[in-house]
Amino acid sequence: MRAALIRYSPLLILALAWQLISHFELVSSSALPPLTDIGGAWLDLLKSGELMKNAAPSLYRGAAGLALAIGFGTVLGIAMAWWKPVNVVFGPLVEAFYPMPKSALIPVTVIWLGFGNGSKILLIFLGCMLPVIIGAYNGARSTEQVLVWSARSMGAGRLRMMWDVVVPSALPELLNGIRTALALAFILMVTSELIVAREGLGNLIGFLGANGSYAAMYAVVLTVAFMGFAADRVYQIAAQRVLAWREATLS
Amino acid sequence: MSAAAERTGPDLVTRLVWGTASFVAHTASIVALLVAWEIFARSGKVTMFMLPPFSAVAERIWSDAVEGKLWTDLGLTLYRTFVGFFLACIIGVGLGTAMARTKIARWFFDPIVSIGFPMPKVVFLPVVILWLGVFDVSKITMVTVEAVFPVITATVLGIQGVGHELIWSARNMGAKDRELLWQVLLPAALPQIMTGVQVALPVALIVAIFTEMAMGGFGIGGVMMQASRFADSRGVFAGIVEIAIVGYCLVQLLAMIRRRLLRWHQEAHAPSTI
Repeated sequence: MRAALIRYSPLLILALAWQLISHFELVSSSALPPLTDIGGAWLDLLKSGELMKNAAPSLYRGAAGLALAIGFGTVLGIAMAWWKPVNVVFGPLVEAFYPMPKSALIPVTVIWLGFGNGSKILLIFLGCMLPVIIGAYNGARSTEQVLVWSARSMGAGRLRMMWDVVVPSALPELLNGIRTALALAFILMVTSELIVAREGLGNLIGFLGANGSYAAMYAVVLTVAFMGFAADRVYQIAAQRVLAWREATLS
Repeated sequence: MSAAAERTGPDLVTRLVWGTASFVAHTASIVALLVAWEIFARSGKVTMFMLPPFSAVAERIWSDAVEGKLWTDLGLTLYRTFVGFFLACIIGVGLGTAMARTKIARWFFDPIVSIGFPMPKVVFLPVVILWLGVFDVSKITMVTVEAVFPVITATVLGIQGVGHELIWSARNMGAKDRELLWQVLLPAALPQIMTGVQVALPVALIVAIFTEMAMGGFGIGGVMMQASRFADSRGVFAGIVEIAIVGYCLVQLLAMIRRRLLRWHQEAHAPSTI
């Protein structure tokens, strides 16, 4: 408890500085509303149901896109590592599309699927799939040859070997790729909603900012930022659980 | 002289053959994709609005390039990307070094970085607009803020990973703090720092294009958004193709710089992954 307090004390100092600066109006209160106002605005948004009403579609889009990306990306990445023809076809495509900024696809997904959920899910799916593919590919390629040979000699079939040997040894890199994808899902979710949407947290931020209710806008911004942070922490704890066997064998 | 030429002669030929072969193998699937796009778009199953054929998009890019519009927009986007990216590199390496070497910097910045890194920082866009307006300053600020975190974490990890033997030997030979930093710590951490920088560059491009889309002000992103508002889907697809090419070139360029800078490092001799 005390260690945590010392560790996170810089954040408290920053929060205090923020409160003091806006309290003595060193900068205008619309540019930096006091933290207490933001807390009040957050409670209002929560009470009126505005926050939940917009968070639900956002999280649904993010989760659906990410789940699809993990499913397809894992299969494609492992297939690329283990079947040459798949790699010959998809390798250059992955290499060419990986550095491409996915936010550029926002207008196209809108042309194809309109303003609703579909276009956002497609965007998040496309953006998140690439880090998952690369994680799965690098992980599966680094499977120790000895393990593969042992499994073969003990009579494991192709699929059995995939499931029992290749997937577990690809897991650390795969989970790392999924972590990148998780962060990307939040970014794509908010950007797509800020640019084109009728509902969702990104849209709420844009709406409040345009209306000039800056305390409420800050409240939603901080909420989304905190959600991204919390999702990452929960994911890391879960990933450590999944990889517990690996730490034990290493040490 | 002639012996050396003889030795490199056939070597060069085989290298050329292999180079062309791998180039063909690499581009084959991309060419196939473009052909499939063209055929699908002309098959009549989709409208011109949903998916204009690739030839029409290429024609559009060509006419933009001849008119010169392409180059001003490209220049604007690259200017925003690179200024933000360089600031992120300088701040990131400086802050990362300070965090790795001094206790007080680590105490202050560690929680900020560990919370700030996984945060979707693009949500702060309205706040940044509120503070800095809608012009280049706010765009570049967004780029820097988003691109700085991978550089910081990579620098901290890299410098902390420098072997004690190296530091002790340098100290033993009488290296001052500054010499230690420039001649031992930073070079030894360079592979990791470069990895962070290689992550940061695509991020910088993504954010630059996103801010252009959200705030306008030309650049490739701004022009795409305009095209999208006027239902000009050829313009939208032209933007996507341009961005894909630019992103690919930038990443390749950085990989080349990495090979140059780290020629002395053992990783240059190891087989590479993607």
